[in-house]
Amino acid sequence: MTGKQVFTIAVAVIVFVCGLATVAEQFPDAPAPDGIRKGGTLFEESPAPQLADPVNTDGKRVRAYPEQPPTIPHTIRDYQINKNTNRCLECHNRIQTAVSGAPMISVTHFMDRDFQVLADVAPRRYFCLQCHVPQTNAKSSVGNTFKDVDILLRNQKQKSSQ
Amino acid sequence: MIDWIKGYWRTLSRPATAFSLGFLLLSGFVAGIVFWGGFNTALEVSNTEKFCISCHEMRDNVYQELKGTIHWTNRSGVRATCPDCHVPHEWTHKIARKMQASKEVWGKIFGTINTREKFLEKRLELARHEWARLKANDSLECRNCHDFEYMDFSVQSERARKLHSTELASGKATCIDCHRGIAHHLPNMENEDAWGPDNPAHDDSRFGEDNPLDLDKDKKSGTPNKVN
Repeated sequence: MTGKQVFTIAVAVIVFVCGLATVAEQFPDAPAPDGIRKGGTLFEESPAPQLADPVNTDGKRVRAYPEQPPTIPHTIRDYQINKNTNRCLECHNRIQTAVSGAPMISVTHFMDRDFQVLADVAPRRYFCLQCHVPQTNAKSSVGNTFKDVDILLRNQKQKSSQ
Repeated sequence: MIDWIKGYWRTLSRPATAFSLGFLLLSGFVAGIVFWGGFNTALEVSNTEKFCISCHEMRDNVYQELKGTIHWTNRSGVRATCPDCHVPHEWTHKIARKMQASKEVWGKIFGTINTREKFLEKRLELARHEWARLKANDSLECRNCHDFEYMDFSVQSERARKLHSTELASGKATCIDCHRGIAHHLPNMENEDAWGPDNPAHDDSRFGEDNPLDLDKDKKSGTPNKVN
């Protein structure tokens, strides 16, 4: 290898490294869009949000968007849902609701995918937590302007009567 | 053989000639303390979690399941160990339970549940024993810590308050009726009655004597249950 070649490679390496450094330096300064994650940049580590407490009450919530599966108002710590047992259904299945006073799972949960009504919960609906989730008291990151259709209808009626 | 026993009996039944009564009394007293202390110490050693999980049957199955539950980790850091729930704290009952436990020693020696598969197969039977035991003693081991007298309904959740102030308070239900599987995974519950004191399975007025929900009936009449 001649001296000239060594020099060329050395220059190339230096240019490459400097280039990398410039690029790396640019990124932390690039402001991130002010989305759900407020302020800071992509490379900055902001402190983790506080842990939220699980909500443990009773009663139903209204939905926050169309076709939302009802949320779980109570805590479900250590509830076992597997092929041996389903803790949710111990209160929410048809026969137990008379004892527990819990809302019964809706009739759609007895239908298979061809809308054939089965005698018991359809296997595809068995794992409750795929759709229904418990809530915490965390502040929502974004607001919600959703109005249920009942509200829209009422507003419409009020407007037309004025 | 009989002569040999008779020889010993003669020695034992004869009054002592060389030792004074005081010496015999005192040494008997000392020996009593040593043996009783030793017995109790051994009993207490066998009543620790460390002892329980020195067998792989407990360590690899039920102990692993306990981890992460409310009785293992919680906000105040109080935790229950195996004997807290599975052995009565009071002496008489403790000894009775310990005598029953000789069956478990038998099981250990003959490897009744020495593999995961064998354990899972036997799990329902073992669980039923524990449920029956807790049902019979009115959930005594639960109540050793969770004393009903000092339960404050006002800081309970609505659901808990509703049931504790009615079913539990009236004695119609006991802890284990609703709180099965709180510390371990449940076996296949297909053939088990659902929870609750007002269990429709036990309500003859609603469903008549041929209650299709009463799965216990089959057990009583001895019809073999399908267990998978």
